Amino acid sequence: MSVALSERVGREWRKPPFIKRAWLRWALLIGAVVYFIAALSSLDVNWSRVYEGLERGWKFVVAFSSPDFSSRAADIKEGMIESAIMSIAATVVGIVLSVPVALGAARNIAPLPIYLICRGIVALSRALNEIIVAILLVAIFGFGPLAGFLTLSFASIGFLAKLLAEDIEDLDRSQAEAVKATGASWSQWINYGIQPQVMPRLIGLSMYRLDINFRESAILGLVGAGGIGATLNTAFDRYEFDTAAAILLIIIAVVMVLEYLSGIIRARVQ
Amino acid sequence: MPQILTGDGTKTWMLRDRKSQFTRWGAWMIGTIIFLWCWKQISDATTWFFVWDAPRIAADIGGRAIPPRWSYMEKLWEPLWDTLNIATLGTFFALLMAVPVAFLAARNTTPSALLIRPIALLIIVSTRSINSLIWALLLVAILGPGVFAGMIAIAIRSIGFCAKLLYEAIEEIDTKQVEAITATGASRWQVMAYGIVPQIMPAFAGIAVFRWDINIRESTVLGLVGAGGIGLQLKGSLDTLAWPQVTLILIVIFGTVIISEWISAKVRGAII
Repeated sequence: MSVALSERVGREWRKPPFIKRAWLRWALLIGAVVYFIAALSSLDVNWSRVYEGLERGWKFVVAFSSPDFSSRAADIKEGMIESAIMSIAATVVGIVLSVPVALGAARNIAPLPIYLICRGIVALSRALNEIIVAILLVAIFGFGPLAGFLTLSFASIGFLAKLLAEDIEDLDRSQAEAVKATGASWSQWINYGIQPQVMPRLIGLSMYRLDINFRESAILGLVGAGGIGATLNTAFDRYEFDTAAAILLIIIAVVMVLEYLSGIIRARVQ
Repeated sequence: MPQILTGDGTKTWMLRDRKSQFTRWGAWMIGTIIFLWCWKQISDATTWFFVWDAPRIAADIGGRAIPPRWSYMEKLWEPLWDTLNIATLGTFFALLMAVPVAFLAARNTTPSALLIRPIALLIIVSTRSINSLIWALLLVAILGPGVFAGMIAIAIRSIGFCAKLLYEAIEEIDTKQVEAITATGASRWQVMAYGIVPQIMPAFAGIAVFRWDINIRESTVLGLVGAGGIGLQLKGSLDTLAWPQVTLILIVIFGTVIISEWISAKVRGAII
């Protein structure tokens, strides 16, 4: 081994780059650097304000170690129940409404005009942020959980219908055709040929959406659409960080429990 | 479970036997009761007079909002740029923090499954379960209003999401490649760089673009709590009941979201 390996084989081995085309790689790199310089220079940070705020931030971190569940217990309880109610009701309504939309948005079931309409509904529901919908609905229906419930239902339709439609498009054709060959009517075909195949997925998605709806319901209160968000907002406004910390801890705990439960349910049905 | 049931001497096929049928009916009934109870609570908390008035109000707002004030657009370019920066820089910083967390959380790369993995998982769960708007609310109280607070809010919110998807990708890697690299006598870091990283690179890029797309949506509303971006303009217009401006802002947000979704779909299509 007197001669170096690189001299024998010609050139040294190099890790292949992730983006193979050299010009694209360099263009992306240079573009990213230019963008970063532009973005960071337009970002003006008031460092003295940040420095002042650090103390308050530290207070908040400390508050997490001694959360105050008791002094606003009634408000917290009321808010949590309202959030739970809103998310459960909205998930149910979302499922009921999303099933027909999903059937319409699956290309292998629906004719083209219906497909386009249903896809349009899905796109609209997904593109509009929950908060924006909530603002508009609060303006129309007034303050309270009804606006939040409608917002979450609307958002659930887009989410569930899109994922369910994708699942319907992926289903096993032969089962559906076998049912059709027995002379089944359209509704029987859907009920026996398609529904059993997508049911596990629908249950899993519904659990997941319940989890999302609960998380979202925590912020709807910021714009007056009911739920725990209003209590949280008040706590922040009064700089009652210990109460805010308590609410956040409860939200985290509930979300963890829901996620754990939905994991179990999804594992059982799939 | 097809069951044979005898009723007046004839045999009929049934999908379920009596017991499971009753359980199902019971479950449906309990579910319906829960839903109706929830609906009652919502209904009690609602002022129905306002709801019956809603079509008129909706028509009224719609009438005021309809020709969008296009001239307001010139004031929107800068907030739009801020929104883009919040989302992009937020995603970037989130990824910087998510990568180590993901490596600490994945079962096959964590240094200690007993001690460090639960901490990493806790970071993932707690950052993920709190909405970016709440993070923004908190950070505006701490850091003061502005783009910076929004960016940090987006970054913190995204850590959990990115780290979760990334650590799942790390756990699913092909162990043969890692073993092959280990067999050459590579150090721990070399195994990571040559055995693991190339395998998760496509997933990483996909996650980054996916989260960026979500962050664009979320950053459009952060301004509502004072964290900069186009939401600030939206809040201003809503508070002054300038509905034509609201319409224009909603159109701009809608357009931005569609474009970002298109970009992310393109990039992900190119990667996978």
